[in-house]
Amino acid sequence: METILVLLHPDAEGAIAKAGLEAIAAAHGLGGEVIIGLVGGNAAGAAKVIGGAGRVLAVEGDAFSQSRYATDAAAAQALVAASKAGIVMAPATSRWSRCLAGVAQRCGGRIDSHITAIAPEGVTRWYYRQRIEATFTRAELPWFLLLESGAASAWQGAPCDGTFERIAVEAAPRTEVKGVVSPGAGEQTVKPEAELLFVAGAGWTKKQKDGAAHVERAGELILGIVRTAGASLGSSKSLVDLSGEGQAVLPFLSHLNQVGQTGSTPRHPKGLATCCHGEEPHVVGWRFIQDRRAVNLDANCGWARGKADVLYVADAFEVMEELNRLLA
Amino acid sequence: MSYHIAVCAGIVPDPLQTLEPVSGPQGPALKNEMMLPAVLDPWAAHALYEASHLAKNVPGSKVYLVSLAPKAKLQQVLMTMAQKVAFELVALDGPSSGFTESADVASALAAAIEAIPGLDRSQLLLFGGWESAARAAGTTLAMVGERLGITEQFQGVDALKVGADGSLEILERVEGGKHQVSVCAGAPAVLGWATGSLPEPPNSPQTGMQNMRTVMPALQKAKPAQVGAHAFLSVSLPKQQRTTRIVKDVPAAEVAREIAAWIRGS
Ligand SMILES: Cc1cc2nc3c(=O)[nH]c(=O)nc-3n(C[C@H](O)[C@H](O)[C@H](O)COP(=O)(O)OP(=O)(O)OC[C@H]3O[C@@H](n4cnc5c(N)ncnc54)[C@H](O)[C@@H]3O)c2cc1C
Repeated sequence: METILVLLHPDAEGAIAKAGLEAIAAAHGLGGEVIIGLVGGNAAGAAKVIGGAGRVLAVEGDAFSQSRYATDAAAAQALVAASKAGIVMAPATSRWSRCLAGVAQRCGGRIDSHITAIAPEGVTRWYYRQRIEATFTRAELPWFLLLESGAASAWQGAPCDGTFERIAVEAAPRTEVKGVVSPGAGEQTVKPEAELLFVAGAGWTKKQKDGAAHVERAGELILGIVRTAGASLGSSKSLVDLSGEGQAVLPFLSHLNQVGQTGSTPRHPKGLATCCHGEEPHVVGWRFIQDRRAVNLDANCGWARGKADVLYVADAFEVMEELNRLLA
Repeated sequence: MSYHIAVCAGIVPDPLQTLEPVSGPQGPALKNEMMLPAVLDPWAAHALYEASHLAKNVPGSKVYLVSLAPKAKLQQVLMTMAQKVAFELVALDGPSSGFTESADVASALAAAIEAIPGLDRSQLLLFGGWESAARAAGTTLAMVGERLGITEQFQGVDALKVGADGSLEILERVEGGKHQVSVCAGAPAVLGWATGSLPEPPNSPQTGMQNMRTVMPALQKAKPAQVGAHAFLSVSLPKQQRTTRIVKDVPAAEVAREIAAWIRGS
């Protein structure tokens, strides 16, 4: 079995996110020697937490604490060389997803992303935006794998002395990272760790049975559920696109909320769709939502056709008024 | 200061089509692949609109659309796309299947870009979608960039602002529905676009006529690209058709109570 390098970016305290611990467990599941490669953050702190998982190599320094292609690629390339790994694994964070394809190219290797399952026989991922699932293997090395969260259970091990080997890397990036901003009205509505995904569709902005649209009330009801249920807010494309067309829309929504073919494919145990028709380009984004329920006036909407576990044929305004009261 | 913007964009089946995998001589393929209506890959299309917008604002800039696809299908897609924004086409003839090898596609695209006559690599902005709707891997563009020696790369880009000094302020999608803000000293750079902020441009027959002067010759001289695929063990459609319980004619308050109990996990 090839040596496996697991790339991780600890934070300033040395903490490793759950997706990183899952990558370690996935690597151990394959049965080769596991080496941990740390980039940026507090390597000594991280090595105390995950040192039991294998030999630890680290690239440290201010330049490497930021998420940036030039520095991350240089660090990962050096770690691959130092580890002589045949397989390189990393959690599919935005940081590793940005740089590892380029590193695979530099190392003369191959890369596969969005891996949802991994076993000695092969890896599994989706094609055509979650429509077709395939399992395959490769002969070319080094083979880089970006793992989706949930591909393995998190690695657990006893804390250790924090020994690690420092790998020196030079980098002169032409890019300066300024920070992170939230779009829209500032309230964070996308919450990857939430138990519930609450999806709002374009129906919230349409004329209702009294012949008028009630966009303002819709906004209050939606935000009410997002706050009281601690839900992550998803949206259909039609609803986020309305803002581009100058119609009255919900100010807290942006394309970052969009779920589906040209949006995200979030992972939550439960999902509740409201005023959303459940068309295929939207529902492909629900591939990793386990329990699915929908509220729609139309008994023949897409959700009725095997896409949701429960469809409530009801007025979402009335249901959400009451639900807001119950959850408050 | 002006830019040469190369937009890498493939074609994909219209997302409203039903897809079914079959095994073909070169590995997995889609049933009736050549018959399925195709569109320009959606995120790459956003990249093209952003490129056109940037080129209009920075005089002397030029947009190249670099596409590897079966050329007959590419021609169909360009009948509408060519009416939207002005570009010069660089075409490669080869499969647009999601099951092909990303590294091979990157190699072919990089070679085609290097061969563009008069391309100023120091002013090159390499654009594309951050993921395709076919392989959906987000790997090809970065590899093209590496092959062209570009070490400033950005993925999930929603905004680009050019400063007076030629610097590029870029917003990239990161976890939790947020954007990372970075400032790159200038070209060359790779930008894998997400949605951006521009609507789909309306069709302009004039732009279409102008584009067609270069589109047809480019399609005629499109070279075949060597694109392989690795070995697949299984390729299948999800088996998860659910049995939907339809709850009808129940008062809203009762529906709300049931949903509240479900959310609370009781
Ligand atoms: C290239 C391409 C990519 C796409 N990508 C995506 C994508 O990523 N994500 C996505 O979402 N879509 C995507 N789509 C669009 C998709 O095909 C649908 O058009 C879209 O999802 C419809 O959004 P909707 O269901 O919110 O709106 P609509 O289709 O307008 O449905 C509104 C629904 O609200 C219901 N409604 C109205 N009032 C009430 C009420 N009071 N109570 C309950 N129900 C009510 C109606 O019955 C209706 O079902 C894509 C399309 C294309 C062509």
